[in-house]
Amino acid sequence: MDGVSIPLDHVLLLSALLFICGLLGLMMRRNIIFILVSLEVMLNASAVAFVAAGARWGQADGQIVFMMILAVAAAEVAVGLGLVLQIQRRFKNLDMDDANRMRG
Amino acid sequence: MLKLLPLIPLFPLVSSILLMVTLGKMPKRIVAILGAGSVGLAAVTTLLVGLAFMESGQPHHQILWTWIHVGNFSPDIAFYLDGLTLVMMSVITGVGFLIHLFSAEFMEDDASFSRYFAYLNMFVFAMLILVMADNLLLLYLGWEGVGACSYLLIGFWYQDPTNGAAARKAFVVTRIGDAALAVGLFLLFTELGTLDIQPLAEAAKSQWQVGDTLPVIACLLLLGGAVGKSAQLPLHTWLPDAMAGPTPVSALIHAATMVTAGVYLIARTHELFLLAPPAMLAVALVGLITSLMAAFTALNQHDIKRILAYSTISQIGYMFLALGVGAWAAGIFHLVTHAFFKALLFLAAGAVIHCLHHEHNIFKMGGLRTRLPVVFWSFLIGSAALAALPLTSGFFSKDMILLQAYELPKFGPWLWAGGLLGALLTAIYSFRLVFVVFFGETKMEPDKQPGTRMAVPLSLLCVLSLVGGFFALPLVPLESVFPVAGEHHPSHLIEGISIAIPLIGLAIAYFVYLGGQLKVDGLVNSSGGQVLKKFWFSGWAMDWLYDKLWVRPYKFLAYILRRECMDDIYNVIVKFCQFLFMALSRTQTGRLRWYATSMVFGLILVIALLQGVIQ
Repeated sequence: MDGVSIPLDHVLLLSALLFICGLLGLMMRRNIIFILVSLEVMLNASAVAFVAAGARWGQADGQIVFMMILAVAAAEVAVGLGLVLQIQRRFKNLDMDDANRMRG
Repeated sequence: MLKLLPLIPLFPLVSSILLMVTLGKMPKRIVAILGAGSVGLAAVTTLLVGLAFMESGQPHHQILWTWIHVGNFSPDIAFYLDGLTLVMMSVITGVGFLIHLFSAEFMEDDASFSRYFAYLNMFVFAMLILVMADNLLLLYLGWEGVGACSYLLIGFWYQDPTNGAAARKAFVVTRIGDAALAVGLFLLFTELGTLDIQPLAEAAKSQWQVGDTLPVIACLLLLGGAVGKSAQLPLHTWLPDAMAGPTPVSALIHAATMVTAGVYLIARTHELFLLAPPAMLAVALVGLITSLMAAFTALNQHDIKRILAYSTISQIGYMFLALGVGAWAAGIFHLVTHAFFKALLFLAAGAVIHCLHHEHNIFKMGGLRTRLPVVFWSFLIGSAALAALPLTSGFFSKDMILLQAYELPKFGPWLWAGGLLGALLTAIYSFRLVFVVFFGETKMEPDKQPGTRMAVPLSLLCVLSLVGGFFALPLVPLESVFPVAGEHHPSHLIEGISIAIPLIGLAIAYFVYLGGQLKVDGLVNSSGGQVLKKFWFSGWAMDWLYDKLWVRPYKFLAYILRRECMDDIYNVIVKFCQFLFMALSRTQTGRLRWYATSMVFGLILVIALLQGVIQ
């Protein structure tokens, strides 16, 4: 459709801001579930950047990559939730800071 | 026949090694035959070599192999045989053999019989190397060897800590002298480029003038080494304590051989000393002062062996006096006669101790003249020779020294007078010993008589002490070695006084200790007398002085440094590493969020670098 196209810079800025949000969430939240959620946000942020790039060049490759990233994210979440279950069994809570058995 | 020379030190060496490796498991008869026999064989070989040498009349030089080869310094294992060497070797092997024979009976009840002979043979080997060496480095090897064997033998009965302390004291004190000798050798090598004795003398004579400072310094350092080994002032304190060892050891090491090593060193390097008159004067003064100090001390001792020990110090002072005035041959002559009569005295004292179940205090003995006749005659003859009564061997040698000392310009008469005072005191203390131990009432009965193996050496040494001085026989080989002293005819008065003084001393000793006509108790028991007696008894308080001067400060230093202070420097590095470790290990928290945060910071840093914000 015609009309005002969204400038690439704006989309990339959106992507960066979303990525930073995810990063901050990753750094600041102690609950494992929320860390995984922040991870998802970061993945989606990078996916948006791909879509914007694809729109820039007028090809559908960006959206194909978006779908691949989605698939990767889903697989990763599956594995991650399995690990969450194990941690819950061992430490009896979902606090990430308690899982520091690998400290030096 | 001269080629047999290397066999002479080889016999005792082989015997010693054999005794060491068999770990004392051989029967005592075999050990005694091996130990004494090896030295006996060496003595016979010395005789053969000596006869061959006297026929040829030339010094004999035999190189075995090159020891070290560094740059232009290559000392060899080589032997140099001339008159001086021959005389020393004869004394070492001859008197040594008699002492080994004596030891076979003296030590027969001891459990460590084999170890004793192993050490004693090793000592004879080292001493032979010392006198036969043709370069000063090999001489130093023998020098150290005799020091080590002396340590092992003084501390022979090591189960008693006092013996170990005495052995340590001997070793440490002589070590100080050895350090001076080593520095002297360094100096000689640096200046003259060689340590072989004959080329050294030649180089010194061509390079240095009489009275230069360098030969004086070198000779004073050599004197320092000699002073340590020969127990002269100031390094004499070890010898009286060294009497803790078995008596035949004292006879061999501290009367006949090791303590004469210093005299030999100075005689051997006499060419160097002739270039340094101040050093020679130092030698004479050291000898004279030591001689007098030791004589005063010997007068006050009551341990039979300590009297003889101080007597040894005093007599070696005479030898140093002789060397210092340039009477080289007289000094060596006195060395030989002293070896005879001092070994005789020590062996006789050993016989007394052996037969009186290890009693050392002369005031607990008495009247042994009738109980131990052989020992009595040995002691009488030995003391007569020591006191230089007319016609004994000691008389000829001591007379020669004193007369040649008198001839010295400037200080001669003073040295002669000092020597005479020493001779008087020598006569007094030696006959004091004889009268107290062998005359008077018997306080202790001997429980055994000396056997053949003790009586034979004693008799032979008696004969040597009496006739060894006749015809100045020991001097004959020395004629080619030393510069011949000019003919001198001292006045009859001087000669007469020199002969009369020992007799006066004998008379004084007789009147005090035997006849009782001269009462000195009043003088001795007065307050001044008591102070003097204690002062002289302790060897002029030298031990006390050294304790305050060296031992206490050293122990104090050792105490404050006991914590290994040098480690603190390295500990700084260790502490720093530990600090870094503690700091960096704080980053390994094991927390996921921490790692993620650090990754983010790193990312920011990298992006900033890439963007050129930070260079």
